Amino acid sequence: MSTNLSTSTEWPLWEVFYQPNDGKPFEHAGSVHAPDAEMALQNARDTYTRRNEGISLWVVPTDQITASSPEDRGPFFDPANDKAYRHPQFYSVPRAVKKRK
Amino acid sequence: METQKQLDEFQIRIDNGEKIEPKDWMPERYRKQLIRIMSQHAHSEIVGMLPEGNWITRAPSLKRKMVLLAKVQDEAGHGLYLYSGTETLGVKRKDLVEDYLYGTAKYSSIFNYPTLTYADICVIGWLVDGAAIVNQTMLAKSSYGPYARANLRICKEESFHKKQGYEMLAKMASGTPDQQKMAQDAVNRWWWPTLMMFGPHDSDSPNSAELIKWGVKTKTNDELRRHFVDRTVMEAEAIGITLPDPDLRYNEETGHWDFGDIPWDEFWSVVKGDGPMNRERIKARRKAYEEGEWVRKAATEYARKKKLKEEKAS
Ligand SMILES: [Fe+2]
Ligand SMILES: [Fe+2]
Repeated sequence: MSTNLSTSTEWPLWEVFYQPNDGKPFEHAGSVHAPDAEMALQNARDTYTRRNEGISLWVVPTDQITASSPEDRGPFFDPANDKAYRHPQFYSVPRAVKKRK
Repeated sequence: METQKQLDEFQIRIDNGEKIEPKDWMPERYRKQLIRIMSQHAHSEIVGMLPEGNWITRAPSLKRKMVLLAKVQDEAGHGLYLYSGTETLGVKRKDLVEDYLYGTAKYSSIFNYPTLTYADICVIGWLVDGAAIVNQTMLAKSSYGPYARANLRICKEESFHKKQGYEMLAKMASGTPDQQKMAQDAVNRWWWPTLMMFGPHDSDSPNSAELIKWGVKTKTNDELRRHFVDRTVMEAEAIGITLPDPDLRYNEETGHWDFGDIPWDEFWSVVKGDGPMNRERIKARRKAYEEGEWVRKAATEYARKKKLKEEKAS
Protein backbone atom coordinates (compact mmCIF):
# COMPACT_ATOMS: atom_id res chain seq x y z
CA MET A 1 0.00 0.00 0.00
CA SER A 2 1.52 3.28 -0.99
CA THR A 3 0.16 6.76 -1.08
CA ASN A 4 1.53 9.46 -3.25
CA LEU A 5 1.30 12.21 -0.68
CA SER A 6 1.59 15.06 -3.14
CA THR A 7 -1.71 13.98 -4.70
CA SER A 8 -3.64 13.26 -1.51
CA THR A 9 -6.92 15.12 -1.36
CA GLU A 10 -7.97 17.81 1.10
CA TRP A 11 -11.52 19.16 1.24
CA PRO A 12 -12.02 22.94 1.38
CA LEU A 13 -12.22 24.76 4.70
CA TRP A 14 -15.46 26.27 6.07
CA GLU A 15 -15.93 28.59 9.03
CA VAL A 16 -18.68 27.54 11.41
CA PHE A 17 -21.04 29.85 13.31
CA TYR A 18 -23.71 28.70 15.74
CA GLN A 19 -26.65 30.25 17.51
CA PRO A 20 -26.47 29.10 21.11
CA ASN A 21 -30.10 29.79 21.97
CA ASP A 22 -33.32 31.20 20.66
CA GLY A 23 -32.91 34.91 20.03
CA LYS A 24 -29.14 34.97 20.61
CA PRO A 25 -26.66 36.27 18.01
CA PHE A 26 -24.48 33.79 16.11
CA GLU A 27 -21.01 33.06 17.42
CA HIS A 28 -17.91 31.73 15.69
CA ALA A 29 -17.14 28.13 16.71
CA GLY A 30 -14.17 27.11 14.55
CA SER A 31 -13.82 25.46 11.18
CA VAL A 32 -14.38 22.15 9.39
CA HIS A 33 -13.27 20.59 6.13
CA ALA A 34 -16.00 19.38 3.75
CA PRO A 35 -16.48 18.85 0.00
CA ASP A 36 -19.70 20.92 -0.14
CA ALA A 37 -21.99 23.10 1.98
CA GLU A 38 -24.33 20.26 2.87
CA MET A 39 -21.58 18.11 4.29
CA ALA A 40 -19.98 21.13 5.93
CA LEU A 41 -23.22 21.57 7.90
CA GLN A 42 -23.24 17.92 8.94
CA ASN A 43 -19.58 17.97 9.95
CA ALA A 44 -20.15 21.21 11.85
CA ARG A 45 -23.04 19.61 13.74
CA ASP A 46 -20.95 16.56 14.69
CA THR A 47 -17.93 18.63 15.64
CA TYR A 48 -19.40 21.62 17.47
CA THR A 49 -22.88 20.72 18.74
CA ARG A 50 -22.68 17.26 20.33
CA ARG A 51 -24.30 18.65 23.49
CA ASN A 52 -26.93 20.99 22.08
CA GLU A 53 -24.51 23.92 22.03
CA GLY A 54 -26.47 25.35 19.13
CA ILE A 55 -29.95 25.43 17.67
CA SER A 56 -28.87 26.76 14.29
CA LEU A 57 -25.67 26.69 12.20
CA TRP A 58 -24.05 28.76 9.46
CA VAL A 59 -21.13 27.55 7.35
CA VAL A 60 -19.16 29.93 5.13
CA PRO A 61 -16.22 29.08 2.84
CA THR A 62 -13.19 30.41 4.72
CA ASP A 63 -11.78 32.16 1.65
CA GLN A 64 -15.02 34.16 1.33
CA ILE A 65 -14.47 36.01 4.60
CA THR A 66 -12.94 39.46 4.46
CA ALA A 67 -11.43 40.64 7.72
CA SER A 68 -10.17 44.05 8.81
CA SER A 69 -6.44 44.02 9.29
CA PRO A 70 -4.96 44.42 12.76
CA GLU A 71 -2.26 46.88 11.62
CA ASP A 72 -5.00 49.34 10.68
CA ARG A 73 -6.78 48.91 14.00
CA GLY A 74 -6.04 52.50 15.05
CA PRO A 75 -6.92 54.45 11.88
CA PHE A 76 -9.71 52.06 10.88
CA PHE A 77 -11.71 52.53 14.05
CA ASP A 78 -10.76 56.09 14.94
CA PRO A 79 -13.83 57.75 13.41
CA ALA A 80 -15.55 56.47 16.56
CA ASN A 81 -13.02 58.01 18.93
CA ASP A 82 -14.01 61.67 18.96
CA LYS A 83 -17.77 61.33 19.04
CA ALA A 84 -18.61 61.44 22.70
CA TYR A 85 -22.00 62.87 21.74
CA ARG A 86 -23.01 59.38 20.62
CA HIS A 87 -23.20 58.33 24.26
CA PRO A 88 -25.94 59.27 26.74
CA GLN A 89 -23.35 60.40 29.31
CA PHE A 90 -22.67 63.38 27.02
CA TYR A 91 -25.99 64.95 27.99
CA SER A 92 -27.09 66.52 31.23
CA VAL A 93 -30.48 66.02 32.77
CA PRO A 94 -32.18 68.05 35.56
CA ARG A 95 -31.34 66.70 38.98
CA ALA A 96 -34.96 65.92 39.86
CA VAL A 97 -35.35 63.66 36.83
CA LYS A 98 -32.03 61.93 37.48
CA LYS A 99 -33.10 60.91 40.99
CA ARG A 100 -36.18 59.05 39.86
CA LYS A 101 -34.13 56.33 38.11
CA MET B 1 12.94 40.93 9.29
CA GLU B 2 11.82 41.16 12.86
CA THR B 3 12.93 44.33 14.58
CA GLN B 4 13.63 44.65 18.29
CA LYS B 5 10.84 47.20 18.43
CA GLN B 6 8.33 44.65 17.07
CA LEU B 7 9.51 42.03 19.54
CA ASP B 8 9.28 44.46 22.45
CA GLU B 9 5.80 45.58 21.50
CA PHE B 10 4.72 41.97 21.16
CA GLN B 11 6.09 41.18 24.62
CA ILE B 12 4.20 44.16 26.07
CA ARG B 13 0.96 42.82 24.62
CA ILE B 14 1.66 39.40 26.17
CA ASP B 15 2.57 40.91 29.54
CA ASN B 16 -0.65 42.93 29.49
CA GLY B 17 -2.56 39.67 29.11
CA GLU B 18 -3.82 40.54 25.62
CA LYS B 19 -4.76 37.67 23.32
CA ILE B 20 -2.89 37.27 20.05
CA GLU B 21 -5.20 36.66 17.09
CA PRO B 22 -4.35 34.95 13.76
CA LYS B 23 -3.75 38.08 11.70
CA ASP B 24 -1.79 39.93 14.41
CA TRP B 25 1.94 40.38 14.06
CA MET B 26 3.85 37.67 15.91
CA PRO B 27 7.49 36.55 16.02
CA GLU B 28 8.23 33.76 13.56
CA ARG B 29 9.44 31.60 16.42
CA TYR B 30 6.17 32.10 18.33
CA ARG B 31 4.26 30.92 15.27
CA LYS B 32 6.56 27.89 14.83
CA GLN B 33 6.34 26.87 18.48
CA LEU B 34 2.55 27.18 18.41
CA ILE B 35 2.27 25.06 15.27
CA ARG B 36 4.46 22.44 16.93
CA ILE B 37 2.63 22.19 20.23
CA MET B 38 -0.90 22.70 18.89
CA SER B 39 -0.54 20.06 16.18
CA GLN B 40 1.16 17.68 18.61
CA HIS B 41 -1.82 18.19 20.92
CA ALA B 42 -4.22 17.50 18.01
CA HIS B 43 -2.40 14.32 16.93
CA SER B 44 -2.54 13.10 20.55
CA GLU B 45 -6.32 13.46 20.68
CA ILE B 46 -6.66 11.46 17.46
CA VAL B 47 -4.19 8.70 18.31
CA GLY B 48 -5.71 8.66 21.80
CA MET B 49 -8.89 7.20 20.34
CA LEU B 50 -7.09 3.93 19.54
CA PRO B 51 -6.35 2.47 23.00
CA GLU B 52 -9.94 3.11 24.12
CA GLY B 53 -11.51 2.20 20.79
CA ASN B 54 -9.91 -1.20 21.34
CA TRP B 55 -12.61 -1.92 23.97
CA ILE B 56 -15.77 -0.46 22.44
CA THR B 57 -17.02 -3.78 21.08
CA ARG B 58 -16.17 -5.53 24.34
CA ALA B 59 -17.63 -3.06 26.85
CA PRO B 60 -19.27 -4.92 29.74
CA SER B 61 -22.77 -3.49 29.18
CA LEU B 62 -24.78 -1.49 26.68
CA LYS B 63 -24.58 1.52 28.99
CA ARG B 64 -20.79 1.35 29.19
CA LYS B 65 -20.60 0.91 25.43
CA MET B 66 -22.64 4.07 24.83
CA VAL B 67 -20.53 6.00 27.33
CA LEU B 68 -17.26 4.85 25.78
CA LEU B 69 -18.47 5.60 22.25
CA ALA B 70 -19.45 9.12 23.29
CA LYS B 71 -16.14 9.65 25.03
CA VAL B 72 -14.08 8.47 22.07
CA GLN B 73 -16.17 10.63 19.74
CA ASP B 74 -15.39 13.63 21.96
CA GLU B 75 -11.68 12.91 21.53
CA ALA B 76 -12.14 13.07 17.76
CA GLY B 77 -13.84 16.43 18.32
CA HIS B 78 -10.92 17.65 20.43
CA GLY B 79 -8.53 16.73 17.65
CA LEU B 80 -10.65 18.68 15.17
CA TYR B 81 -10.93 21.82 17.38
CA LEU B 82 -7.16 21.81 17.65
CA TYR B 83 -6.44 21.23 13.96
CA SER B 84 -8.88 24.02 13.20
CA GLY B 85 -7.00 26.27 15.63
CA THR B 86 -3.61 25.33 14.17
CA GLU B 87 -4.77 26.08 10.63
CA THR B 88 -5.32 29.73 11.62
CA LEU B 89 -1.50 29.97 11.71
CA GLY B 90 -1.37 29.48 7.96
CA VAL B 91 -0.68 25.75 7.71
CA LYS B 92 -2.69 23.09 5.92
CA ARG B 93 -4.28 20.31 7.93
CA LYS B 94 -3.15 17.76 5.38
CA ASP B 95 0.48 18.75 5.92
CA LEU B 96 0.10 18.57 9.69
CA VAL B 97 -1.44 15.11 9.53
CA GLU B 98 1.11 13.80 7.07
CA ASP B 99 3.89 15.14 9.25
CA TYR B 100 3.09 12.76 12.07
CA LEU B 101 2.09 9.86 9.82
CA TYR B 102 5.18 9.99 7.61
CA GLY B 103 7.41 12.69 9.09
CA THR B 104 8.79 13.67 12.45
CA ALA B 105 5.88 15.25 14.35
CA LYS B 106 5.10 13.64 17.70
CA TYR B 107 2.04 12.80 19.76
CA SER B 108 1.76 12.11 23.49
CA SER B 109 3.68 8.99 24.54
CA ILE B 110 0.90 7.88 26.85
CA PHE B 111 -0.98 6.45 23.87
CA ASN B 112 1.85 4.05 23.08
CA TYR B 113 0.84 1.79 25.95
CA PRO B 114 -1.59 -1.11 25.47
CA THR B 115 -5.03 -1.43 27.08
CA LEU B 116 -4.93 -4.98 28.43
CA THR B 117 -8.21 -5.20 30.38
CA TYR B 118 -11.37 -3.18 30.82
CA ALA B 119 -9.89 -1.78 34.02
CA ASP B 120 -7.45 0.09 31.77
CA ILE B 121 -10.42 1.99 30.33
CA CYS B 122 -11.45 3.04 33.84
CA VAL B 123 -7.92 4.14 34.68
CA ILE B 124 -7.42 6.04 31.43
CA GLY B 125 -10.54 8.10 32.19
CA TRP B 126 -9.46 8.77 35.75
CA LEU B 127 -5.70 9.32 35.35
CA VAL B 128 -5.02 10.16 31.69
CA ASP B 129 -8.02 12.44 31.24
CA GLY B 130 -7.41 13.74 34.76
CA ALA B 131 -3.88 14.76 33.78
CA ALA B 132 -5.17 16.19 30.50
CA ILE B 133 -7.60 18.38 32.47
CA VAL B 134 -4.78 19.86 34.55
CA ASN B 135 -2.82 20.65 31.41
CA GLN B 136 -5.71 21.94 29.33
CA THR B 137 -7.12 24.13 32.08
CA MET B 138 -3.83 25.97 31.96
CA LEU B 139 -3.83 26.07 28.14
CA ALA B 140 -7.32 27.59 28.14
CA LYS B 141 -5.52 30.77 29.31
CA SER B 142 -2.94 30.60 26.54
CA SER B 143 -1.90 33.85 24.86
CA TYR B 144 -2.92 32.61 21.41
CA GLY B 145 -6.68 33.22 21.09
CA PRO B 146 -7.63 30.22 18.92
CA TYR B 147 -5.61 27.83 21.12
CA ALA B 148 -7.16 29.21 24.31
CA ARG B 149 -10.67 28.92 22.86
CA ALA B 150 -10.12 25.35 21.62
CA ASN B 151 -8.94 24.33 25.07
CA LEU B 152 -11.87 26.03 26.75
CA ARG B 153 -14.22 24.00 24.57
CA ILE B 154 -12.25 20.83 25.37
CA CYS B 155 -12.28 21.47 29.12
CA LYS B 156 -16.08 21.62 29.11
CA GLU B 157 -16.12 18.00 27.89
CA GLU B 158 -13.28 16.52 29.90
CA SER B 159 -14.92 16.32 33.30
CA PHE B 160 -17.38 13.76 31.92
CA HIS B 161 -14.39 11.73 30.67
CA LYS B 162 -12.73 11.72 34.02
CA LYS B 163 -15.87 11.07 36.04
CA GLN B 164 -17.04 8.09 34.00
CA GLY B 165 -13.61 6.46 34.47
CA TYR B 166 -13.39 7.25 38.16
CA GLU B 167 -16.91 5.96 38.80
CA MET B 168 -16.18 2.67 37.02
CA LEU B 169 -12.87 2.24 38.82
CA ALA B 170 -14.53 2.88 42.20
CA LYS B 171 -17.05 0.16 41.37
CA MET B 172 -14.36 -2.26 40.34
CA ALA B 173 -12.22 -1.48 43.37
CA SER B 174 -15.10 -2.45 45.64
CA GLY B 175 -16.08 -5.52 43.61
CA THR B 176 -14.99 -9.17 43.72
CA PRO B 177 -11.36 -9.98 44.65
CA ASP B 178 -10.61 -10.55 40.96
CA GLN B 179 -12.07 -7.17 40.01
CA GLN B 180 -10.10 -5.47 42.76
CA LYS B 181 -6.93 -7.10 41.49
CA MET B 182 -7.66 -5.98 37.94
CA ALA B 183 -8.28 -2.41 39.08
CA GLN B 184 -5.09 -2.22 41.12
CA ASP B 185 -3.05 -3.85 38.35
CA ALA B 186 -4.23 -1.27 35.82
CA VAL B 187 -3.36 1.59 38.18
CA ASN B 188 0.09 0.09 38.73
CA ARG B 189 0.76 0.06 35.00
CA TRP B 190 -0.63 3.52 34.19
CA TRP B 191 0.61 5.59 37.14
CA TRP B 192 4.15 6.34 36.00
CA PRO B 193 3.35 6.85 32.30
CA THR B 194 0.66 9.33 33.41
CA LEU B 195 3.17 11.34 35.46
CA MET B 196 5.39 11.45 32.37
CA MET B 197 2.57 13.09 30.39
CA PHE B 198 3.59 16.44 31.89
CA GLY B 199 6.96 16.17 30.15
CA PRO B 200 10.53 16.25 31.43
CA HIS B 201 11.55 18.04 34.63
CA ASP B 202 11.84 21.81 34.25
CA SER B 203 15.64 21.50 34.36
CA ASP B 204 15.53 19.26 31.23
CA SER B 205 12.89 21.19 29.37
CA PRO B 206 14.60 23.75 27.15
CA ASN B 207 11.37 25.02 25.51
CA SER B 208 9.52 25.73 28.75
CA ALA B 209 10.98 29.13 29.64
CA GLU B 210 10.27 30.53 26.18
CA LEU B 211 6.70 29.18 26.11
CA ILE B 212 6.03 30.73 29.51
CA LYS B 213 7.62 34.06 28.54
CA TRP B 214 5.22 34.20 25.58
CA GLY B 215 2.25 33.13 27.65
CA VAL B 216 1.61 30.02 25.56
CA LYS B 217 1.87 28.14 28.84
CA THR B 218 1.47 29.70 32.25
CA LYS B 219 2.84 26.90 34.45
CA THR B 220 5.89 24.65 34.25
CA ASN B 221 5.85 20.87 33.76
CA ASP B 222 6.81 20.23 37.38
CA GLU B 223 4.18 22.62 38.76
CA LEU B 224 1.46 20.90 36.75
CA ARG B 225 2.67 17.44 37.74
CA ARG B 226 2.70 18.37 41.44
CA HIS B 227 -0.81 19.77 41.20
CA PHE B 228 -1.97 16.54 39.57
CA VAL B 229 -0.35 14.32 42.22
CA ASP B 230 -1.83 16.38 45.05
CA ARG B 231 -5.37 15.94 43.83
CA THR B 232 -4.99 12.32 42.72
CA VAL B 233 -3.68 11.02 46.05
CA MET B 234 -6.96 11.89 47.76
CA GLU B 235 -9.02 10.39 44.97
CA ALA B 236 -7.09 7.10 45.14
CA GLU B 237 -7.51 6.91 48.89
CA ALA B 238 -11.25 7.51 48.66
CA ILE B 239 -11.78 4.36 46.58
CA GLY B 240 -9.23 2.10 48.25
CA ILE B 241 -6.65 2.18 45.46
CA THR B 242 -2.92 2.27 46.21
CA LEU B 243 -0.65 4.41 44.06
CA PRO B 244 2.44 2.31 43.23
CA ASP B 245 5.04 4.61 44.75
CA PRO B 246 6.61 3.71 48.12
CA ASP B 247 8.13 7.20 48.33
CA LEU B 248 4.79 9.01 48.20
CA ARG B 249 4.68 11.12 51.35
CA TYR B 250 2.93 14.28 52.49
CA ASN B 251 5.40 17.08 53.03
CA GLU B 252 4.27 19.26 55.95
CA GLU B 253 6.62 22.05 54.97
CA THR B 254 5.58 22.47 51.35
CA GLY B 255 1.98 21.35 51.78
CA HIS B 256 2.42 19.03 48.79
CA TRP B 257 2.95 15.31 48.22
CA ASP B 258 6.53 14.23 47.52
CA PHE B 259 6.89 11.36 45.08
CA GLY B 260 9.61 8.97 43.91
CA ASP B 261 11.87 9.10 40.88
CA ILE B 262 10.15 8.94 37.52
CA PRO B 263 11.61 6.26 35.18
CA TRP B 264 12.82 8.70 32.50
CA ASP B 265 14.77 6.06 30.54
CA GLU B 266 11.48 4.43 29.70
CA PHE B 267 9.99 7.82 28.76
CA TRP B 268 12.75 8.61 26.28
CA SER B 269 12.66 5.17 24.70
CA VAL B 270 8.91 5.53 24.11
CA VAL B 271 9.37 9.05 22.70
CA LYS B 272 12.01 7.68 20.32
CA GLY B 273 9.57 5.08 19.01
CA ASP B 274 10.31 1.98 21.06
CA GLY B 275 7.25 1.91 23.30
CA PRO B 276 5.05 -1.19 23.35
CA MET B 277 2.55 0.19 20.81
CA ASN B 278 4.33 2.88 18.73
CA ARG B 279 4.44 0.85 15.51
CA GLU B 280 0.93 -0.46 15.95
CA ARG B 281 -0.54 3.03 16.45
CA ILE B 282 1.15 4.56 13.42
CA LYS B 283 0.20 1.58 11.30
CA ALA B 284 -3.46 1.94 12.29
CA ARG B 285 -3.47 5.70 11.60
CA ARG B 286 -1.76 5.33 8.22
CA LYS B 287 -4.22 2.64 7.22
CA ALA B 288 -7.18 4.89 8.10
CA TYR B 289 -5.66 7.81 6.22
CA GLU B 290 -4.68 5.89 3.11
CA GLU B 291 -7.87 3.86 2.88
CA GLY B 292 -9.88 7.06 3.32
CA GLU B 293 -8.29 8.70 0.28
CA TRP B 294 -10.82 7.31 -2.22
CA VAL B 295 -13.66 8.64 -0.06
CA ARG B 296 -12.17 12.14 -0.03
CA LYS B 297 -11.66 11.93 -3.82
CA ALA B 298 -15.15 10.59 -4.52
CA ALA B 299 -16.85 13.24 -2.36
CA THR B 300 -14.82 15.98 -4.04
CA GLU B 301 -15.85 14.70 -7.46
CA TYR B 302 -19.49 14.40 -6.40
CA ALA B 303 -19.47 17.99 -5.14
CA ARG B 304 -17.90 19.18 -8.40
CA LYS B 305 -20.53 17.44 -10.55
CA LYS B 306 -23.40 18.62 -8.40
CA LYS B 307 -22.19 22.21 -8.71
CA LEU B 308 -21.92 21.86 -12.50
CA LYS B 309 -25.47 20.56 -12.69
CA GLU B 310 -26.78 23.43 -10.58
CA GLU B 311 -25.00 25.95 -12.77
CA LYS B 312 -26.51 24.41 -15.90
CA ALA B 313 -30.00 24.39 -14.45
CA SER B 314 -29.92 28.08 -13.58
FE1 LIG C 1 -9.39 15.05 24.80
FE1 LIG D 1 -10.75 13.24 27.24
